[in-house]
Amino acid sequence: MNDVSQSLSDYEQAARQQETRRNWLLCTPALVVLVLAASGPLLVMLFYSFLKSGNYGGVIYEFSLDGWFNVILVRDIFDDVLRFADAHLSVFWRSIKLSAMTTITCVIIGFPTAYFIATRPRRSRNFWLFLITIPFWTNLLIRTFAILELIRNNGVINNLLMDLWLIDEPIQIMYTDTAIMIGMTYVYLPLMILPLYASMEKLDFQLVEAAYDLYATRIRVLRRVIIPLIKPGIVAGSILVFIPSLGAFVTPRVLGGGKNLMLGNLIQLQFDQGQNWPLGAALSITLLAIVMVTLLVYVRYSQRSGGQDG
Amino acid sequence: MANLHAAPVNKGKLFSIYKLPGFTFIAVACFLMLYAPILILVGYSFNSGSSLALWEGLSLRWYFAAWENETVQGATLLSLVIALQAALYSTVLATMAALGTTRTRPFRGQTAIYTMINQPLMVPEIVTAVALLIVFATIKQATGYQGLGFLVIAHTAFCIPFAYLPIRARLEDMDTSLETAAADLYATPWRSFRRVTLPLLWPGILAGAMLAFVISLDDVVITEFVKSAGQDTLPTYMLGQLRRVITPEMNAIASALLAVSVLLVSLIFLINRKKT
Amino acid sequence: MADPVAISVNQVSKKFGHGKDAFFALEQVSVDIRENEFFTLLGPSGCGKTTLLRLIAGFEHPTTGHIQLRGEEISHLPPFKRPVNTVFQNYALFPHLTVAENIGFGLEMQDKPAAEIDSTVAEMLQLVQMESLRDRRTDQISGGQQQRVALARALAPHPRVLLLDEPLSALDYKLRKGMQIELKRMQLETGITFIFVTHDQEEALTMSDRIAVMNKGRILQIGSPTDIYDRPSHRFVADFIGDTNFLDGELIEANSEGAVVRLSSGKTVKTGPTDAAANTPVSITVRPEQAVLIEDLDAADLQGTVTNVMYSGTDSHFHIELTSKEEFVAKVQNAGPARRDWQTGQTVGIKFHSHVLQVVSD
Repeated sequence: MNDVSQSLSDYEQAARQQETRRNWLLCTPALVVLVLAASGPLLVMLFYSFLKSGNYGGVIYEFSLDGWFNVILVRDIFDDVLRFADAHLSVFWRSIKLSAMTTITCVIIGFPTAYFIATRPRRSRNFWLFLITIPFWTNLLIRTFAILELIRNNGVINNLLMDLWLIDEPIQIMYTDTAIMIGMTYVYLPLMILPLYASMEKLDFQLVEAAYDLYATRIRVLRRVIIPLIKPGIVAGSILVFIPSLGAFVTPRVLGGGKNLMLGNLIQLQFDQGQNWPLGAALSITLLAIVMVTLLVYVRYSQRSGGQDG
Repeated sequence: MANLHAAPVNKGKLFSIYKLPGFTFIAVACFLMLYAPILILVGYSFNSGSSLALWEGLSLRWYFAAWENETVQGATLLSLVIALQAALYSTVLATMAALGTTRTRPFRGQTAIYTMINQPLMVPEIVTAVALLIVFATIKQATGYQGLGFLVIAHTAFCIPFAYLPIRARLEDMDTSLETAAADLYATPWRSFRRVTLPLLWPGILAGAMLAFVISLDDVVITEFVKSAGQDTLPTYMLGQLRRVITPEMNAIASALLAVSVLLVSLIFLINRKKT
Repeated sequence: MADPVAISVNQVSKKFGHGKDAFFALEQVSVDIRENEFFTLLGPSGCGKTTLLRLIAGFEHPTTGHIQLRGEEISHLPPFKRPVNTVFQNYALFPHLTVAENIGFGLEMQDKPAAEIDSTVAEMLQLVQMESLRDRRTDQISGGQQQRVALARALAPHPRVLLLDEPLSALDYKLRKGMQIELKRMQLETGITFIFVTHDQEEALTMSDRIAVMNKGRILQIGSPTDIYDRPSHRFVADFIGDTNFLDGELIEANSEGAVVRLSSGKTVKTGPTDAAANTPVSITVRPEQAVLIEDLDAADLQGTVTNVMYSGTDSHFHIELTSKEEFVAKVQNAGPARRDWQTGQTVGIKFHSHVLQVVSD
């Protein structure tokens, strides 16, 4: 860099500086809003996580690590002994378990669907893709509501099964982990299909032909050629589904009821009935940290496989 | 040898390199799964009965009910006011930012700017919502101001990346030689922007604004945490109602909201397709 | 005498599309390809040669007709059940596997024991002289090397028939020449039947035992390179392979030995055999180098005026306008005994040796 700038004429340097200043000026208004209502508050939240909880919400401006302790530990009110906060740990476990199961289900449904779209004639592919995009951009709450109507005790599925005399009593799906998983799979499925399709569109089907030519059966072509080549798409789609699942709030709240909490709901509780803002802040930062680590691992992965391709 | 000329092999079993066992079945099932719940929801919004389970005939009863419900009216109005403002502000800010970050030599801080702009896409919404709650609640307590400003600035912030993406994509496809030609023909930078850049960029700006509008209109989580008492938008109103007894009125509201989203997204799709 | 038939294609047609978009890529194609043969399908792009190759490989299925391998019907079998391997035009090497893994892929899919796979891969690497690159990824090697890997991969399972879909078209001229020789060597060494698809007539003539010339979904002529070049049966074949002249004439008589044709000049000449009926107008083809230019107009079969002379080092091309207004080009070797410096505007006679003229159908 230095060599280049030294060899530039003063005029050139001035022009570059002016361009940089212009660029920053153009970005400043957006950055101000983002600092005020996105990144700034995150820092304030980090600060709050180290304060003492107020009695009726809010905080007392005193340093305390209680918020962070309470993420996984709880002080027994009777004998003052620290124990693992089983309730919190089970919420963490449920969040990770349901997010992983949602991701796997999305791969199982999304992979064949993306493959189906990628093998349509070029002209009709946009149409099928559009069908995936529409739910992607429509309201998540409404799509959750649509699932609610299907699986309620007197919802469409239960009524249909009872009308057909297949069951005598409605199957209880609502307010279970299964309900949350069905809902999250439904709302995040397009996030899996779109990157999978992007990978498959680039798949060279001559490689598939070559594999068949070399005596690979369909299952082996899938396992040894198609899946390894689509892997970047599978990983990208999994990240795109796993991350919002982990932070899901609306879907578990509507379909999971009061008992089947996920991380997002546990966080919200601290600002609602729990009135423990430092704990809520610490939980939020924990969630953010998990997401960031996942993203970082992903970036490393894609850089590595990208480097190999180039 | 005579039988060689008979019609060949069984058509149904012929091999195709594109087919994998069960894939088409799963794909068709997937499309049905994606659309059946939405279609059933919309279907029951036209139910004349008050049950979500029993079909009693076609009517617009619940649309009228929603239309006449004063709470729904207020929430609708608030949703529109916030979404229109957020779309307008975020599009203006995103356009400026896009002009500052595309078609330029790499400059110091560029990556930082990208990270800032895309932050709302990477940070889980619940985390941003809680952070905003903490900050805004403190400000509300300190100043006593409880107005819409908090919701508008929050929505504007998370709409910026959505408005930014299509505008930036459009800008990157545009050739700087046009602006150079304008400058050669005596246009000042501002006039060249008005007469050349802006008209060419317009489809991108339009798509960005519509996207921002849809995103703001549909937001639940951040609104739920930032709103003051009595500031329910349509989605937060719905979220509250879902915990109570649900009537087809909810289906009618949801269907109307759905129609707006689908319409705008289809428009964006058409705008983008014309480009290519 | 001749080797037994390896691949028999019988009355095969292939239709693509439906309704008004439908077209026939192949129409009623029949050909027998023998064991140990280097057989070439030659034709312009879109003539159906690649479709025929894909039908034999099993990527497509015939709309009607039959394909047999050593007398067994295979047209209904998927590609992984046919002892036939393909070298693809762009090689189609698996980017996620190494050179050795690519070569061993077919054997692995046939569930061969690991030891056998290893030894065959080593043998193949040696055959294509790529031992040092066995653990490279396929995008880390040059185009010529990729071509060798593709060849080794297709040969490794010891197929009965090797299909090559324009395998040399992505290589530059010098590399292509080298690979032509090497391909031919490998075919002789392995004794495998090669079916080679190309649009390059020179490549086809130098490498093949037999050539099938195709156009618009049909096979026009099958024969040895000399058959195809010296005795083209169709106007298209004569035109596609090498330079040629066409003359109008009338068939006087024909038998299995040859035919007699009256040219536009009124002179009668002998030609190769033809199926055309006597007393009908026919097209006759003759190569530029097979015409002899003479001064004696009475002894000549045709005569005309030189309109253009093009000198190209080894040869000279004389463009002649015949008295019948037909265009004719004669090529004379500059080092040969027939050299004479004909000038533009000069009247010359053209003489043909017996049987260099061929009657062609349209």
